[in-house]
Amino acid sequence: MQSDTQLLISVSEFLWYEADLLDHKSYQEWLQLWTKTGFYIVPAELDETDYLNSVNLAMDDDEMRQLRVKRLENGESVSAASVSGTIRMISRIRIVESSDDQVKVRLAMTLNEMRHGVLVTYPAEVEYTLNRSADGFKIEQKVVKLLHTESYLRTVSFIF
Amino acid sequence: MLEENNLSTACRAASMVEEGRIHKQLYSDEAIFEAELDKVFNSTWVFIGHESEVPEAGSYKTAWVGRQPVILSRDRKLQLHVLENRCRHRGATVCEKRKGKSKSFTCPYHGWGYGLDGSLRGLPKEEEYKGVFAKSDMSLVNLRHETYNGLVFATYKKDIEPLEDFLGGAKKWIDLFVKQGGGYPLKVLGEHRFNFPGNWKIQLENTTDAYHFPIVHKSFISSLDDQTADIFDFLDGEGFVEDLGNGHSVMVMIPELTDLEENLDEPIPERFQKLAEELRQEGVAEPEVKRLVRAAHGTGFNLNLFPNVSCSMAFFRVLRPVSVSETAIHHVALGGEGAPEAFNRKRIRLHEHFQGPMGFGTPDDGEAWERVQKGSIAGPDGWIMVNRGIKNLHQSPDNNPAGEVCSETGMRAAYQQYKKMMSSTEDK
Repeated sequence: MQSDTQLLISVSEFLWYEADLLDHKSYQEWLQLWTKTGFYIVPAELDETDYLNSVNLAMDDDEMRQLRVKRLENGESVSAASVSGTIRMISRIRIVESSDDQVKVRLAMTLNEMRHGVLVTYPAEVEYTLNRSADGFKIEQKVVKLLHTESYLRTVSFIF
Repeated sequence: MLEENNLSTACRAASMVEEGRIHKQLYSDEAIFEAELDKVFNSTWVFIGHESEVPEAGSYKTAWVGRQPVILSRDRKLQLHVLENRCRHRGATVCEKRKGKSKSFTCPYHGWGYGLDGSLRGLPKEEEYKGVFAKSDMSLVNLRHETYNGLVFATYKKDIEPLEDFLGGAKKWIDLFVKQGGGYPLKVLGEHRFNFPGNWKIQLENTTDAYHFPIVHKSFISSLDDQTADIFDFLDGEGFVEDLGNGHSVMVMIPELTDLEENLDEPIPERFQKLAEELRQEGVAEPEVKRLVRAAHGTGFNLNLFPNVSCSMAFFRVLRPVSVSETAIHHVALGGEGAPEAFNRKRIRLHEHFQGPMGFGTPDDGEAWERVQKGSIAGPDGWIMVNRGIKNLHQSPDNNPAGEVCSETGMRAAYQQYKKMMSSTEDK
């Protein structure tokens, strides 16, 4: 394994920034992290790879990401109003592939949510495709593989 | 003794169902929940799945009758079987996967192997059973099962009426529901799985509750284009809820989407223009484009089949009682077997938009259901009201009682069936 510490640091900085935005519900800034063509995907089957032709928990293109954020922000969703907060930890960050214009990253995440006084924990493996651009990384794809997928989720009114 | 207790508990539960209200204790009394498993789930036809979920010889999926694990399998002669998921030796489950393909089911404990039809095929050190039992007596327990238009049901009640008689007035609506394959056989495309901390009957009520839609699903409606949002503005429309007998009911929200093979000449709505264009590019001729686009919507009604499935507009919503205060739900997405990819893809995207634990609709439903469970604990006494529209009934063309689209006619139908079953003294 060839180590590229500088790349790991800049990728980690970007992903921690994203995690911080989401935990603090800075959704408008979060939308700016994406490419126009990017997809936010939460698969419903862990071994699925053809996301376009299979049922996912979320499969958001640019338009759906904006609608999802709007739903969380406009005060109309009673479940979104019940999310008192999320705290996510990301770790085990590994650069899987790296080229001049793209970096693929895999990491472990645990997201904790307090909902109606009950702590719910979501462990997940998250895979990123990040495009390099003049003003830093942009997310081309984010796939959140929740351990709960194999069993049953509680309803989710935040962004992983 | 247990049976006796269940009987008196069941009678107590039955007395908590009145014509227009049910006692709140029906959501939280553990003894009543145990009695329900026996008197309701073990005593009727329970939805297991759709035939397309086990398409080939060797296909299987695991499912439940009430709390009991079963396997739906298809054998080499393509016959379906519903098997208890319990080894006849020491009781271990013989299959833990949600779905798959296999030639047999093997118990992990001592290696007993069963065929897809449940027959015991082989076991290690068989000679020790010589003179003890015949292998043919030790098959996995087969449940009686029947299929209607692709929907598979099973039952523990041996002398129950045929499935078609049980479905009765609901059959016509199943026939309409399966038309959303767009001219292709209906096919399961995938599913969402989630649970909520509440009683199963809260979910049973929800799929025949149009009244909540503009309130709970305001954020979903806001995410639609104006034309589609108008379609979902149905409370003042011509819709209705009809009691179909045996606890079944249909809630027609969008009457113009009752029969998806009618009105095929209507212009393609804005929201489906892109789909129509994709279909044309796939080489689909214009009449079929129109038929597929119309089917892509799904139907404009929810058909509630007592006790555990709703054919809900464009998908199956299957409930499973886990405990008195926990219910698991599967939202099963549907499309057409062999239909153009663009059609099935659009159906999947529409499913994801509203349904499932991360959809724009379901999380708000889940919040409301959870609140019902929590709130219903308040006070030593209290009732859940299901009397909306009870004085404004009319007779449907099929001579059934029907109310306005946002009436609670369907809930009353389900609860009267529940009452009948809970007060039954009949042996299984």
